[in-house]
Amino acid sequence: MAGLWVGMAALVAAGRRERRWLQPLMRSAALWTLKYVPHYSRQHLMVTRSFCSAGYDSNEKTFDKILIANRGEIACRVIKTCKKMGIKTVAIHSDVDASSVHVKMADEAVCVGPAPTSKSYLNMDAIMEAIKKTRAQAVHPGYGFLSENKEFAKCLDADEAVRIAREIGYPVMIKASAGGGGKGMRIAWDDEETRDGFRFSSQEAASSFGDDRLLIEKFIDNPRHIEIQVLGDKHGNALWLNERECSIQRRNQKVVEEAPSIFLDSKTRRAMGEQAVALAKAVKYSSAGTVEFLVDSKKNFYFLEMNTRLQVEHPVTECITGLDLVQEMIRVAKGYPLRHRQADIPINGWAVECRVYAEDPYKSFGLPSIGRLSQYQEPIHLPGVRVDSGIQPGSDISIYYDPMISKLITYGSDRTEALKRMEDALDNYVIRGVTHNIALLREVIINSRFIEGDISTKFLSDVYPDGFKGHKLTENERNQLLAIASSLFVAFQLRAQHFQEHENSRVPIIKPQVANWELSIKLHDEVHTVIASNSGPTTFSVEVDGSKLNVTSTWNLASPLLSVSVDGIQRTIQCLSREAGGNMSIQFLGTVVAEGQEICVIEAMKMQNSMTAGKTGKVKSVHCKAGDTVGEGDLLVELE
Amino acid sequence: MRTQENRLGAGRRAKMAAAMRVVAAGARLSVVVSGLRAAVRGLCSQPVSVHERIENKRSAALVGGGQRRIDAQHKRGKLTARERISLLLDPGSFVESDMFVEHRCADFGMAAEKNKFPGDSVVTGRGRINGRLVYVFSQDFTVFGGSLSGAHAQKICKIMDQAMTVGAPVIGLNDSGGARIQEGVESLAGYADIFLDTSYLFITGPDVVKSVTNEDVTQEELGGARTHTTMSGVAHRAFENDVDALCNLREFFNYLPLSNQDPAPICECHDPSDRMVPELDTIVPLESTKAYNMVDIIHSVVDEREFFEIMPNYAKNIIVGFARMNGRTVGIVGNQPKVASGCLDINSSVKGARFVRFCDAFNIPLITFVDVPGFLPGTAQEYGGIIRHGAKLLYAFAEATVPKVTVITRKAYGGAYDVMSSKHLCGDINYAWPTAEIAVMGAKGAVEIIFKGHKDVAAAQAEYIEKFANPFPAAVRGFVDDIIQPSSTRARICRDLDVLASKKVQRPWRKHANIPL
Repeated sequence: MAGLWVGMAALVAAGRRERRWLQPLMRSAALWTLKYVPHYSRQHLMVTRSFCSAGYDSNEKTFDKILIANRGEIACRVIKTCKKMGIKTVAIHSDVDASSVHVKMADEAVCVGPAPTSKSYLNMDAIMEAIKKTRAQAVHPGYGFLSENKEFAKCLDADEAVRIAREIGYPVMIKASAGGGGKGMRIAWDDEETRDGFRFSSQEAASSFGDDRLLIEKFIDNPRHIEIQVLGDKHGNALWLNERECSIQRRNQKVVEEAPSIFLDSKTRRAMGEQAVALAKAVKYSSAGTVEFLVDSKKNFYFLEMNTRLQVEHPVTECITGLDLVQEMIRVAKGYPLRHRQADIPINGWAVECRVYAEDPYKSFGLPSIGRLSQYQEPIHLPGVRVDSGIQPGSDISIYYDPMISKLITYGSDRTEALKRMEDALDNYVIRGVTHNIALLREVIINSRFIEGDISTKFLSDVYPDGFKGHKLTENERNQLLAIASSLFVAFQLRAQHFQEHENSRVPIIKPQVANWELSIKLHDEVHTVIASNSGPTTFSVEVDGSKLNVTSTWNLASPLLSVSVDGIQRTIQCLSREAGGNMSIQFLGTVVAEGQEICVIEAMKMQNSMTAGKTGKVKSVHCKAGDTVGEGDLLVELE
Repeated sequence: MRTQENRLGAGRRAKMAAAMRVVAAGARLSVVVSGLRAAVRGLCSQPVSVHERIENKRSAALVGGGQRRIDAQHKRGKLTARERISLLLDPGSFVESDMFVEHRCADFGMAAEKNKFPGDSVVTGRGRINGRLVYVFSQDFTVFGGSLSGAHAQKICKIMDQAMTVGAPVIGLNDSGGARIQEGVESLAGYADIFLDTSYLFITGPDVVKSVTNEDVTQEELGGARTHTTMSGVAHRAFENDVDALCNLREFFNYLPLSNQDPAPICECHDPSDRMVPELDTIVPLESTKAYNMVDIIHSVVDEREFFEIMPNYAKNIIVGFARMNGRTVGIVGNQPKVASGCLDINSSVKGARFVRFCDAFNIPLITFVDVPGFLPGTAQEYGGIIRHGAKLLYAFAEATVPKVTVITRKAYGGAYDVMSSKHLCGDINYAWPTAEIAVMGAKGAVEIIFKGHKDVAAAQAEYIEKFANPFPAAVRGFVDDIIQPSSTRARICRDLDVLASKKVQRPWRKHANIPL
């Protein structure tokens, strides 16, 4: 696949066009640290800015101080490794980020401007000033912001290609008519990609085949997005660190990633890895980078692009290989050769990453939401869980920046274990104050197609053609939920009768003796009759629509997480709100059962005499009169 | 009769005798005309035993004004008097009194048997809420529209007297067309609740208003739930419906002591008293002009984020309500920076004062969160007597002898600072967060006065901020006891309340305090 090289060269050239923009920083960094001036490629530029080198291994002298030109979780991630390596860190921040986590973690912090990114995190002058002032020897850009390719020059003659591509309908395949085997081949999903693809493909085609005529055809296969992590040094060495499967996407943004891919066999993996390494070597790439491919159902793979930076989803690679990519980037940047040989790179177990976003998954699989994290608790107490985040309780998810809350990574000996741990981790993640996409993430990872590995970049729209609607309860799950909700309700009621020091009370307390709590629970507009009774200090026996369930828990009503065992099945639920009138909203199996979302409304209404009322319903009619003997299941009160 | 006598224990004879008297009265009246169908049938067809007549009367009392009127009540979305009681009290705990009382009016044909209803237009008795004793009366709209007769009033007074003798509260569930009863609305010591959409409360109805002031106004506009909870401040909370209201009433009852002689109940609490609250460290915005929600702070500090707010929709620039700290009931007062910057005005001062006095009356410690830029300026406020009304809040805090803990989160300017449970009003523990600014006024206003005509206003302002817009000037004078990290607020307050639980203040004797009304 020599075409890849050509493609990469084109990318490099394209990157060079924006060097004008990045040069000041480069010079500045050189001023403090670097003896060489990387003048020929954007990759080198990135490398220069990315690292440092001082000594984690005391024999390897690296930089004394690195400035991290980013915010949020990636800034925290980089700072962590720097700390491990004994390197001092400088954070930059905008006004509104002054008390954010990455600022607190860094040894020094410099404000580079007001909230909008163009005035702060992309404010080159201010960042330069910060570098000078703090005498940072190198800069790590993280991902996004400065690390991002901004735009490619537009090519006028690509307009025709765009017109044709539009006629065919996206996605389209652009390929050299003379070529084959992936050379000069591009897949385009929109106009912009068509223009880029047209330009690159024609260049490639011209150089490879001496014929720049192109074909544009519909791209029909269900593609998977699989990428290879590479790591190169300045001595001409490069490694491939296996692949990451990133097919679950929405609006071209990855949502769930894993490593390795369930789809690749070792032969394909090796082929892709070797080509990615060949590409990196060809452009003398010396840092961590990612070569992205589309892979069709026959395991043919097509080069998409190379990302010359640390990727958001790099932790899954770290989990299965045991490498610290940031540390390797720093070492390499200082000029040390790679410490590993290709044969040393293992695939140990399986890792999955979910991107937890502050967004509403019920609207186009995720519309950003903003707000303040009134409560926030990461599930790091569970085994095999890593959370990369840059926020804390009280943090604001603002309109200015990416609404990502964290990256939740679970790791296990195999895929099944990693996914089970992810399920638990999602259930144990406490996020209050903003809308989040836990429900969607949890649905994806338990989806049978996902579990079988039958996924593509169109997964979400295929599985949820009418949009995401939350978890659909099976009858069994519904009964469990009803049993848990009623137990919770009774637990609250019983606790309200517990007073301390009441034995000294002037007027003695006479606890009501209720053997059976007859409850009427409204869920999804259906009313269920539930009878709950104590069958032990922490166990309730609950009869739901005729079937009996035993619910056991510590019933700690202050904890945001409640671990409940229903007939021996362990569930972690979150009671998000509770009203005196009986309304509760509960997060169960990832989905919030609450008012306000059409999914389901739970209104647990006990009443001694079995009356029921919803929060917003008006009592329409009451079908009993005082003194009547009321039978179980009798309709007592009707709501409008 | 005899068999019944035998069955009844000796101890119940006295009661039986009392019942007999009532039955005798009933017999006399029955000569006149028939009453309720069941009773009538019994009386007319053949002589009935006293036992049967008791049962007849009881069952008549249970249906109040009859099924037709009960249906009408339900159609309006309302529960009947008895249904309300059964929802409010613990199951099986209601002990009714005066079920046989009937009105004594003879005018306008009221003496007719068809116009007699055993128990008249109110249901009274006692019962338990979560095991704790309470007396209750519930007006029965199905009987003469719940209007207040002499017998009706007598029944209410009777349970009030009983409640007084044992030291237990009275809850009144008002549902009456009679104007006079509205005076008694403030049952349960200041807690009034009326139901959204189905309740109205006014001194004079829309018709009278029209004839006197020529204003066109609907019942809802004049005295509906929205009016009273947002504009007049007459009602303290409004609820969606009867059930919601009664459930909330049960919850509210758990915050209160049975009487002013008792401590507030201490509830079982699962929330650790030493819980750190990291989210508070960043809650106050860096710009001192930016608003934040004081309710967020309250939720984070109190037990299990449970806050029972009183008058949430009236004078929203001040927040008052009940919560618990380590299981112990506390009254919370807080300025709300989100509304009118948290300024004190007439309505918020009165709202706050009323609440502070309520807490003081019932031994409930006060926790005050301060972020107040001052009193609201303007002619409307001055002409309305803001000085007089502001003084009520000041007086109430000064007068209160319950434990008082104050936390200054940000601004504490001028006279409003003094008013908000400051050290000068004998606050027991006064804290400042690092973001606190305790000063006579904000930097801008102060500089305009001090440095009038000064050239470099910005520098002067900066100097003022450096000198005064921080907690130190107050701290060095001992006006605040400590500057604390916001995240430790909960732990500090819980610890303080433990110590202050034994607080005792002796005041010189006086007939009553003289609050500037």
